[in-house]
Amino acid sequence: MTEIHIDKDAPAIDVQELHKYFGDNQVLTGINFTVAPASVVCVIGPSGSGKSTLLRCVNRLEEPTSGKIFVEGVEVTDPDVDLDALRSRIGMVFQQFNLFPHLTVMDNLTIAQTKVKKRSKDEAVAIARQTLEKVGLADREDAYPAHLSGGQQQRIAIARALSMTPDLMLFDEPTSALDPELVGDVLDVMKDLASEGMTMMVVTHEMGFAREVGDNLVFMDGGVIVEEGDPVEVLGNPQEERTQAFLSKVL
Amino acid sequence: MAMSPRKRAQVSRGVQYAILAVVVVAIAFAADWPTLKDTFISPEITPQLFPEILTIALKNTIFYTAGAFVFGLILGLILALMRLSPVGPYRWIATTFVEFFRGVPALIVFIGFYYGLPIAFPGRQLPGGTFGTVTIALGLVGAAYMAETIRAGIQAVPKGQTEAARSLGMKPGRAMVSIIIPQAFRIILPPLTNELILLTKDSSLVYVIGLSLSGYELTKFGREGLSQYTSLTPLFIAALCYLMITVPLSIVVRRMEAQADRAR
Repeated sequence: MTEIHIDKDAPAIDVQELHKYFGDNQVLTGINFTVAPASVVCVIGPSGSGKSTLLRCVNRLEEPTSGKIFVEGVEVTDPDVDLDALRSRIGMVFQQFNLFPHLTVMDNLTIAQTKVKKRSKDEAVAIARQTLEKVGLADREDAYPAHLSGGQQQRIAIARALSMTPDLMLFDEPTSALDPELVGDVLDVMKDLASEGMTMMVVTHEMGFAREVGDNLVFMDGGVIVEEGDPVEVLGNPQEERTQAFLSKVL
Repeated sequence: MAMSPRKRAQVSRGVQYAILAVVVVAIAFAADWPTLKDTFISPEITPQLFPEILTIALKNTIFYTAGAFVFGLILGLILALMRLSPVGPYRWIATTFVEFFRGVPALIVFIGFYYGLPIAFPGRQLPGGTFGTVTIALGLVGAAYMAETIRAGIQAVPKGQTEAARSLGMKPGRAMVSIIIPQAFRIILPPLTNELILLTKDSSLVYVIGLSLSGYELTKFGREGLSQYTSLTPLFIAALCYLMITVPLSIVVRRMEAQADRAR
């Protein structure tokens, strides 16, 4: 097992010539892009454009077919990398929350801290309480996920990822499964995170969030990056035809 | 005058009930109740069965079943994990085991086990005497069935659970033990309890391995009573004892299923 040498000056995420096939179906074609430390990159695009697959390649929930991905200078795609150690530094938030339904909120937040990070129970609980405070659900630590609303579950899922004190966070359409009136609470938590300097890669359909919070916007279609740049520029004055067509439908 | 559909359904149901009642009454009248009673719950023989039918036979049935269930559950979990393993030989071994012990009648497994092992390993004995032999033989059969149930339960846990666990840095084994298996067992509690009921009845097959009186379980006890008293009463009382075990278990299963429905 190779030691992990974190390079804080390197890009938080560096994707080089990434290709991904599902069988014969090519979903990513030669993706190159970087995420600077402490920046927020939003990835938008029609469904089937490969944006979620790209995100999931970053912590290798999907196995890239070819190409390289580096996270803080460590090659994720190296077959000998300590993937579990690496993943414990990359927070991930799913569209379907994926909280552990058989565990209380507190146990959801502490299990990986104690089993993976080997923190003491007391330390894990203290950190969990801080993150619960941050997402505004300090009073729900004894609840089970099934007893929480979708918006609350997603905020708990964010807290669970934050409890591992990750260096960066990946969000896979975090508000897509939520009722419209619950979206705002989750976006507020994400805005707070961004303002604290968390590095974030966010696959989203929330154009308002991308414009307001994003430092960089990536538009994907058909497995390639069609256009990227300052969110206000890309959303307000798209240069590519496909971007214009997509934005005219969603804005 | 034409009947409304609701009226017609009511009349139709009334006719069904009436036929059912007539059939039941006819059977009840035709039956020879006094002889039935003397044959199946003979007032002379029934008291002689107690307390042994409870203190020996019922107790042994419960012990054999419980032992086999625990052994079978552990082995079944191992087999289920082997069947889901990416390692080919593990999968093949587990599949062969499951196919064999599921496909062969439990009675033949018992006979093969009891007569085959001493020939294969002369001079050696299984630990735990009769209890050990029964536990292992019955457990092997139970494990084959439970392995399939547990495998289905593990596969029924949404893929996102594994992804969430792995994305937090858990190793595959840790994710399995802490996240997947606890949820799988919640899903399969009802079918697993059914396996327990089936094992309770399969424990009757241990009669083939020559038991001494202290090792008798319910069916063996009933059959011995059958030849001793030349009466069906011991077997019938034994059957009632089985129901004393299996009916409460069934009620527990129904409760759990109702609970699982509510949680969903």
